[in-house]
Amino acid sequence: MSAPEPVVRIRDGAVALGGRPVLRGIDLTVQQGEVVAVLGANGSGKSTLVRAMMGLVPTSRGEVSLFGTPLDDFHDWQRIGFVPQRVSATSGVPATVWEVVASGRLARRPFLRPLRAEDRAAVRDAIAAVGLSDRAKDGCATLSGGQQQRVLIARALAGDPDVLVLDEPTAGVDLVSQQAFADALGALVDRGATIILVAHELGPLAPLIGRTVVMRDGRVAYDGAPVATAHEVEHAGLAGQGHHHPDLQGRPSDHIPVVTSPLDQSARRGDA
Amino acid sequence: MSFLEYDFLVRALVAALFTGLAAPAVGTYLVQRRLSLMGDGIGHIAVTGVALGLLTGTSPTVTAVVVAIIGAVVIEVIREQGRTSGDVALALLFYGGIAGGVMLIGLAGQGANTLQTYLFGSILAIDSGDVWVTVVLAAVVVVVAVGLSPQLFAVAQDAEFARVAGLNVRFYNILVAVMAAVTVTVAMRTVGLLLVSALMVVPVATAQQVTRGFRTTLLLAMGLGTLASTGGLVTAAYVPNIPPGSTIVLLALAGFMAAWPLGVWLRRRQRLAAPFVATAEDDLALAADHTVVPESHAHEHGEDCGHAAVPHGDHVDYVHDGHRHAPHGSHYDEH
Repeated sequence: MSAPEPVVRIRDGAVALGGRPVLRGIDLTVQQGEVVAVLGANGSGKSTLVRAMMGLVPTSRGEVSLFGTPLDDFHDWQRIGFVPQRVSATSGVPATVWEVVASGRLARRPFLRPLRAEDRAAVRDAIAAVGLSDRAKDGCATLSGGQQQRVLIARALAGDPDVLVLDEPTAGVDLVSQQAFADALGALVDRGATIILVAHELGPLAPLIGRTVVMRDGRVAYDGAPVATAHEVEHAGLAGQGHHHPDLQGRPSDHIPVVTSPLDQSARRGDA
Repeated sequence: MSFLEYDFLVRALVAALFTGLAAPAVGTYLVQRRLSLMGDGIGHIAVTGVALGLLTGTSPTVTAVVVAIIGAVVIEVIREQGRTSGDVALALLFYGGIAGGVMLIGLAGQGANTLQTYLFGSILAIDSGDVWVTVVLAAVVVVVAVGLSPQLFAVAQDAEFARVAGLNVRFYNILVAVMAAVTVTVAMRTVGLLLVSALMVVPVATAQQVTRGFRTTLLLAMGLGTLASTGGLVTAAYVPNIPPGSTIVLLALAGFMAAWPLGVWLRRRQRLAAPFVATAEDDLALAADHTVVPESHAHEHGEDCGHAAVPHGDHVDYVHDGHRHAPHGSHYDEH
């Protein structure tokens, strides 16, 4: 084949969680070397979209393939680096930065063997890339929220992935850490990495983005040149096609099912 | 030492040694998933297994292992499926296990005394066959828990990441559940079903007070568990009428009580040394209208000057009577 396989291809994908349709009619292809931002309001399905890409949630119809291989037959997991949404880097037992990052090496190292020199080097480089070299032997619990997020990114980098998938990497992260993170990501982009990034707001990451996908109400509402925020798409009327709810314009676009009761209603009227 | 002249004491010591090594090894992964009480739940369920053995005339150890494994896998499946009602389902399983066990033991015509040897252990009555079973099962648990520690650590730390890294998360979760079930039944003879969870959790809690890393926690917990189980047994051997299970657990708890103040002190020291967050405004404050510490400040801050030195952005602040002094050329700034 002359053209390289697309990193991710979803054809007519749909996802239902607990019987409730969350994603519908998704057609999305990400080529190698692309830096894609997936934007959207809370509950628009942007996290579910990337989770479906990696088989973390099952699709109810359509097909998903990674590097040209259908998801069910895909075993090259070391090619994927995943940074889950806002999982704290801590657990019930203390763990050092080094240990958490080293767990990102699992897909590459041989089973039941100690870390090889190249594994150690990869872990060291990944920690250095997010600027935490001086904290490598410290417990994760002593780090700030932003530093913990950088640990999770280093863990994904340690596996030398071909594609990096990040779910809200900068949510709740202080501005200094966001900038450090943007710099680390920029270095990867310069090396030709493929990056898929879910975000609520791009912040310092905006200059890196080459393509934006905006999710609304479980559908792809916009797919094209970078825009700064999902709202920009809404207001500019860019989301022409596939827009079935013109009456929603100008209103908050969150589509989380709203639980109302008589008392809630009066409060909502007060808001409006 | 006269102690070793008694065969039953030597057997008990070997059993205690291996139990003390295996229980915290599994316990570390349970604590890591914040499932500290799972060992306790499996212990409750294993009561039914013991009763089944007594009722059918087969070895209670074998039936306990089987029932405990089934129970542990069911717990794991409930945990994986349900999110909100999971703990209620677990509670139902626990109580069903112990109530069923008590009823079956009654049906088998066995009294409370028989049950008590399983609930609180009877390590001094252990025979050589039991010792072999204990040693082999405990050794398998320790080898798996330490050998597969990178995988088990990753799965317990972040299941989603582990799945995208290509690990079979369900397999490893069930492996931990099965190891926990095996450990509970192994420890049944040593400390008893009601106290086994203590030997799984308390050494881990103790180790955590002083450790920063996972591997050191795992190994230290195993060491502390061995110390508690053998030390508790020896103590019980010298004092008449004390069940070894109680001294083993109390010794483990004493270890925790000793380590706790140390942990509090270490964490406090760590918090004081945590860097101050550098914000964009800090640079502005330094450039323009910053507050200068009065010239009468004759004290020279530096290493070992007695004031806590805390990193702040690109420089170091010295905590001075509740405020922060930052070196700035020839003088100090208030931060």
